[in-house]
Amino acid sequence: MMVTPAPLTAPKKLEIEEIAAAVRDRFGPAVLVSRGQGGVVLSVSLFEPTTHPPISKMLFWDMGCSFGGIVVEELKGKWRLSYLFLSAGCGWVEVLVEAPSTVSALPSISSEVHAADWHEREAEDLFGLRFEGHPRLGDFILHDQMWPEGVAPHRKLHRELIDVHQEHFRRRPNSEWRPLLVVQDPGAFAMPVGPIYEGGLGQSVHFLLETVGEDVVRAVPRLFYNFRAVEKIAEEQPVSRVLLLAERFAATSSFAHSLAFCLAVERISSTQVPARAKNLRILLSELERLRHHAGAITGICESTALSVATSQAAIIEERLLRACCQFTGHRYLFGLNTPGGLRRDFSAESCTELLKAIDRAVADLHALEDGLYFTSSFLDRLEDVGIVDPDKARDLNFVGPVGRASACSGDLRRDCPYEGYETYQFEVPREIEGDGYARLRILFQEAYQSARLVQQATHRLEPGQISAPCEPLSGGVALGWAEAPIGPALHWLRLDASGLVERYRVMTASFNNWLGFRVAVEDFAFQDFPIILATFGLSPTECDR
Amino acid sequence: MSFWFWRGLQKGVQTTRYPRAYENAAGVTPGRPVATQFSSAHEAALAAQVCPVGAITPQDNSARVNLALCIHCQRCHFGDEPVMEWRSDYEWTRLPDTQQRYEPLPKAYKRSLHIIVVDAGDCGACLHEVKQLNTPFYNMHRLGMFFTATPRAADLLVVVGPVSENMRVPLLKTYEAMPNPKKVLAVGTCAISGGIFGQSFVSAGGVSSILPVDLEIPGDPAPPLAILHGLLVVTGRKAPVGHESASERSS
Repeated sequence: MMVTPAPLTAPKKLEIEEIAAAVRDRFGPAVLVSRGQGGVVLSVSLFEPTTHPPISKMLFWDMGCSFGGIVVEELKGKWRLSYLFLSAGCGWVEVLVEAPSTVSALPSISSEVHAADWHEREAEDLFGLRFEGHPRLGDFILHDQMWPEGVAPHRKLHRELIDVHQEHFRRRPNSEWRPLLVVQDPGAFAMPVGPIYEGGLGQSVHFLLETVGEDVVRAVPRLFYNFRAVEKIAEEQPVSRVLLLAERFAATSSFAHSLAFCLAVERISSTQVPARAKNLRILLSELERLRHHAGAITGICESTALSVATSQAAIIEERLLRACCQFTGHRYLFGLNTPGGLRRDFSAESCTELLKAIDRAVADLHALEDGLYFTSSFLDRLEDVGIVDPDKARDLNFVGPVGRASACSGDLRRDCPYEGYETYQFEVPREIEGDGYARLRILFQEAYQSARLVQQATHRLEPGQISAPCEPLSGGVALGWAEAPIGPALHWLRLDASGLVERYRVMTASFNNWLGFRVAVEDFAFQDFPIILATFGLSPTECDR
Repeated sequence: MSFWFWRGLQKGVQTTRYPRAYENAAGVTPGRPVATQFSSAHEAALAAQVCPVGAITPQDNSARVNLALCIHCQRCHFGDEPVMEWRSDYEWTRLPDTQQRYEPLPKAYKRSLHIIVVDAGDCGACLHEVKQLNTPFYNMHRLGMFFTATPRAADLLVVVGPVSENMRVPLLKTYEAMPNPKKVLAVGTCAISGGIFGQSFVSAGGVSSILPVDLEIPGDPAPPLAILHGLLVVTGRKAPVGHESASERSS
């Protein structure tokens, strides 16, 4: 049953100079290649937006970069679009497109880099920017049955639109609206699931499963029911306030998001975080990952209706939640990060207590794992179900545990280390089958690695400061990143001269992986759907923001 | 396969004894700030200043807490002196400010409560804590409480999240589909006041601006036992905060 991954040839590690030289060689007069700023190592500015698709194609396909996301900014009188690519081992490369703000259309890159698809749709919905050549724009974040066309709430000039007293708030839904159905075979019908399903215990997301009978032919997730416009309400707010938002928009990975945000602030203010705080941040990040993975495993057991195993996994998870609360004062690790370090210190005794709880969790996870791998009725539901083959995973840029189960072994902790991860010993597990079983194995292996990292971090704690002053803040722009339990969390932050947030952009792993989720569901039977959903372990609320 | 049965037995009973006895296990609740006496009005004002959401108001030498706004950021717990006093309890369910009288569901619901949950813009924490009620530690089935998949069978609507604009209509439809008598329970600070998301063009800033709310449970997130207390209040088996004496009279 267990297949050891074939030793695929690792992508060649490129130096940043090599990338710069290759881009210059091919696009010489059309671009300006320079050192990036704020955590970006290389910046490729385009003189002509039309050169963009070939450059992105070269970075993604020829240079082996993974796609991070698009940051759209509306600065004084111009658009600034930063397309982020990560070259493993050397850092973030940005392709920079600037255009006067009178421009309303730019070339689309999503036919070359499919992972950019949703980013472009998002920019179209929120900024009113059209991407020429994109196959389907509109009806994305602002659902068409509720929102009129032409609303671009994230634009600066539409300040009055976001006034809560505007009449568009509390309008009635348009009863004429119908979803777009594609399957036209005789007997075809669409099965709607959500946004309230599983008795409301699932997070709000809607699926339109198109079918002619047994198999799901086309699956369209309709997200953004939990859209709270975090990026917009952060504008013109002080950093201390936005930190609370960063921590609270997705509780499953709140520590990772607050960490990524703090890293961006620290990069802007050039703050050196004390060693003790760095090690504690790693400890807490890994604690969060362990707890999250225990929860994800509970979800998988539950989806297959294996009730004793569900209960056993839920016990592990609740014990970890309690251990988090005992250790930090909060079950979901809220209120710990602050720009410059951590808000509170932990005693050696409490670390010992935490280690005991973690040892117990690991022992219980091992027992659970052994039990699950000997339960054929359980494995039958996971094996060869919801397959994402490595080529598709690469094409759609799958990240996090889901990607690692399909041979996309990207992990920011290793590929672009932060907070000293490069000095830690850990492995990034990788599987190649890309089915539900592979995703389950990844979750278990990562949980063990996280426990190992927590142990290493506690042994490295030397007495010292837990935070450095991170004031006063003046203008600047930076990218902060962290590997959240479900994949990379990227926070782009631009502060104005008075230290207030001018633009805050959050790019999450869920947003990335939801795009490709349909690949796993299509051609599988209806009854597999909840299991595939559980093995993906995606968070709608992290995607919606 | 049969080993699962044996393993389940081996683990023994993990379920809390609450509500028969108070649960004191470590880590079941993050606790909450409570009204604190300081030595001077200046200290009280300093303690109140720490709060990023204005949940603490100084009054002479003391500082009061409005839990409807508290987002558990712990700034007043672990920070520079003076800090607020925190209490590790979880029986927080209370009436909204607009209501004076407390009326539980009729007696027939005492040991049979069907619940539908709506995630209306929640960050996942409150929803996750609600989910924990189905796990061995809290096991609400023993109290005759069940999650149901359809609003037609539900007696109680549990809402988490500040009510995002895209969830407003699904929430209303769920409420309208429920038979009478029905109750609405707002779980978490976001559901009470909008929390950190407040009121904006995509957030209604709390359930009460959309639906009549019968009871609310503060907390960001409200821990499972706080939610369990809320469910017991709905069925008339516990009293909301500040109404203990009234319930003693009726029982």
